[in-house]
Amino acid sequence: MDGAEASPPSQETPPFLELRSLTKRFPGVVANDRVSLSVRAGEVHALLGENGAGKSTLVSMLYGLLQPDEGEILLAGRRVWIRSPKDALSLGIGLVPQHFLLVKKHTVAENVALGLPGVPFLAPTRGLEVQLRQLGERYGLPVDPRAYVWQLSAGEQQRVEILKVLVRDVRLLILDEPTSVLTPQEARGLFQVLRRMKEEGHAVIFITHKLEEVLEVADRVTVLRRGRVVATLPVAGASRARLARLMVGEEVAPPKAERTRPPGEPLLFVEDLWVKSDRGYFAVKDVNFEVRAGEIVGLAGVAGNGQSELIEALTGLRRPSRGWIRLGERDLTGRDARVYFEAGVAHVPEDRTHRGVVPSLSVAENLILKHYRYPPFARGPLLDRRAVRAFAADTVERYRVVAPSVDAPVRLLSGGNIQKLILARELYARPRLLVAAHPTYGLDVGAAAQVHRLLLAERDRGAAVFLVSEDLEEILALSDRILVIFDGKIVAELSPGEASKERLGLLMAGVAA
Amino acid sequence: MRLVPREQPGPAFVLAVSALAVLLAFAASLVLLALYGASPVEALRVVYQGVLADPRGFAEVLRRAVPLTLAGAGLALAFRAQFWNIGAEGQLLLGAVAASGVALFGPGEGITKLFLMGLAAFVAGGLWAALPAYLKGRLSVNDVITTLMLNYVAIYLVEWLIHGPWKGRSVFGFAYTDRFPASAWLPTWPGTALAWPGVLLAVAFAVFFAWLLFATRLGFEIRVVGENPEAARYAGIRALSTLFWVALLSGGVAGLAGFVEVAGTHHRLLAPLQISLGYGYTAIIVAWLGRNHPLTTLLTGLLIGFVFAAGDVAKVALATPFQLVQVVNGLILFFLIAAEVPIRYRIVWGSDRG
Ligand SMILES: Nc1ncnc2c1ncn2[C@@H]1O[C@H](COP(=O)(O)OP(=O)(O)OP(=O)(O)O)[C@@H](O)[C@H]1O
Ligand SMILES: [Mg+2]
Repeated sequence: MDGAEASPPSQETPPFLELRSLTKRFPGVVANDRVSLSVRAGEVHALLGENGAGKSTLVSMLYGLLQPDEGEILLAGRRVWIRSPKDALSLGIGLVPQHFLLVKKHTVAENVALGLPGVPFLAPTRGLEVQLRQLGERYGLPVDPRAYVWQLSAGEQQRVEILKVLVRDVRLLILDEPTSVLTPQEARGLFQVLRRMKEEGHAVIFITHKLEEVLEVADRVTVLRRGRVVATLPVAGASRARLARLMVGEEVAPPKAERTRPPGEPLLFVEDLWVKSDRGYFAVKDVNFEVRAGEIVGLAGVAGNGQSELIEALTGLRRPSRGWIRLGERDLTGRDARVYFEAGVAHVPEDRTHRGVVPSLSVAENLILKHYRYPPFARGPLLDRRAVRAFAADTVERYRVVAPSVDAPVRLLSGGNIQKLILARELYARPRLLVAAHPTYGLDVGAAAQVHRLLLAERDRGAAVFLVSEDLEEILALSDRILVIFDGKIVAELSPGEASKERLGLLMAGVAA
Repeated sequence: MRLVPREQPGPAFVLAVSALAVLLAFAASLVLLALYGASPVEALRVVYQGVLADPRGFAEVLRRAVPLTLAGAGLALAFRAQFWNIGAEGQLLLGAVAASGVALFGPGEGITKLFLMGLAAFVAGGLWAALPAYLKGRLSVNDVITTLMLNYVAIYLVEWLIHGPWKGRSVFGFAYTDRFPASAWLPTWPGTALAWPGVLLAVAFAVFFAWLLFATRLGFEIRVVGENPEAARYAGIRALSTLFWVALLSGGVAGLAGFVEVAGTHHRLLAPLQISLGYGYTAIIVAWLGRNHPLTTLLTGLLIGFVFAAGDVAKVALATPFQLVQVVNGLILFFLIAAEVPIRYRIVWGSDRG
């Protein structure tokens, strides 16, 4: 193990934050095992680790969401007890969580105002709206303060979470996988924010699975594996390969996209499609495309350009205003999600905790969320609990979902493991069309490679795959064809040969290229 | 003093805190009694001798517990699906109407007659709940309001029937129907007023609903729709049909409670307040107390049934007003809501150090 402790012992100025031997146990798992690390003021400290390594658990303890079983937290050399987010905020610690905690029926400004001290009782959001617009501009995080949260895409909701913390003027900002739903441009904008905060003497803890991001923005990085600190090292001089090795303990080979057979007949036909957003305007405008059996078509675009509405239309969750959606010979236009599912459409949704799973139900129950109606899980009106459990045990094993047990509620799973569970469920019925939104969002490198292999295997099996992602490398690596969406319209169709990150970036920004 | 969220309260802990809350509610009731001028010691003695130590008194507890548990188990199901059925009272009355209709004017003899009465009551109560469910599922009409309003419609329907078309020929000035023929009476336990088939029905439906919830497709749908409606839509669950079945079952058992009341106790349709004593509303407390688990409504129904029976005894022996029952129920509810705080949070004394 090459764990060089990089922080020099400094007697005079204690680090801004110091964790000593923090331990957190859950039934059946030690999520954090004697974790010690320090974060200095003016430093961006990255936390790296596989899915379930214990990163979210660690920062939850810093933010008062969980209490450590053992160990201590020191802030500027003084021991502190952080019992609630309120404590954390009053100590100057803010967290942008991995899964958004927004009140969907409230506006952006109302969400920010919630629990904010000094908010006037009447018209609580008036002053805030101005402040939010300014902050949004300054940090490159534009959102409409009056929009309702349920109308926002995942990427936009993330911006709200970040703004929520920024208005509170924190000294330590913790971001749990903030870039998963951001475009490269947006992520770069965020890094600008982080650099500015750093210059102002703030400390930042930054969780990510993307090694390039660590190399780009972090000063030091701590790698966790199965709850333990493997190493803390300065980023200067660290390489991608070394970090990956520290993280998973072995080399990760990217999957090869080479195909064994050419794409087949066109399977999904989208013609003249117009779809309205929740806010009532057309989010998808006159979209036409096809996806062939055995083909992966990637859709690139900046969040909020109509992808969410297009995906919902393609999976029966949103009725198009005009146009047709056909799968093979079958006209599916205007039918509901059950008809789409029975016709062979699988859907990996972008909002996994609010749509993809029922967090309070068990792993096993979530695995049959769409299959419970059919044999072998249903026997007449009854559920065959034995078959369900057997299937769950087998699936958890096959897809390497880390869970306390198949009866544990899904809310206890780490983000990456929830995503694996959803994929396992969606692939079980051997779909003809797989609509996958951000399928590797939040997955570690090893798990992301596993998902990529699965998508390629689906393609080779003859399924049509419609891949929506903001990760351009993923789109470029997997797609047979790439569509670019801007302002609800398909503005370009490219082969992977013609496409490059730069060119896609420009197209996504609406600049003709 | 500060509140710190608990990570996961276990079921035993929840039970212990709830039991403590109920005990405190009883203690507070005794204080109220004392203020009213009755001796708490005397009250305890009266309740013990009249309810707990006396088989007939205990039969009274069961008699009250039957409609409460039936309606409560149904509400547990409804609340799980986020169908906010405040209308069990009206569904119960509709059940009573339907059962009375069959008893007075319908066909059948002996057990067939009783069966037909029960069936009619179930269907009537179920449809009375299905209407607001349909309005909610189709047109997003607020179910709290519609179910509540239908209670009043049901009350006036009963009033109209007993003053008008169904008014008995042999009852002179009174507003109720003729007495049911004997074949439409539920048998009672010898020496008590308890219609024991009601107990069987209550237990059977509580068990059936628990089984339904956890072992059937419909139960799965109910839980998904209730926990995460967006995921339900994504999973292809048709909320309207789930809602319909939930309403039918939930209203149906409330209707059965009405059947048990008229066929087991009154043997005629009479004024709404005499039929029900607010069982349909109190069943909300029963379900809520039981944390919307149909099986626990067996316990909580019994508990509230005890409050009713004790209130009856106290009324006679201590000349307390009957409203005391509502006060005690209110106190139980009050203490249980307060108990949510220690269940969800740890209380930490002192400021920053621990
Ligand atoms: N409340 C809980 N009860 C039981 N187990 C839990 C709980 N919270 C987390 N765990 C378990 O602790 C481990 C660490 O989870 P954590 O969420 O910290 O991982 P992570 O590093 O953030 O992973 P990811 O990258 O997938 O988000 C996992 O095995 C998880 O299943
Ligand atoms: Mg995490």
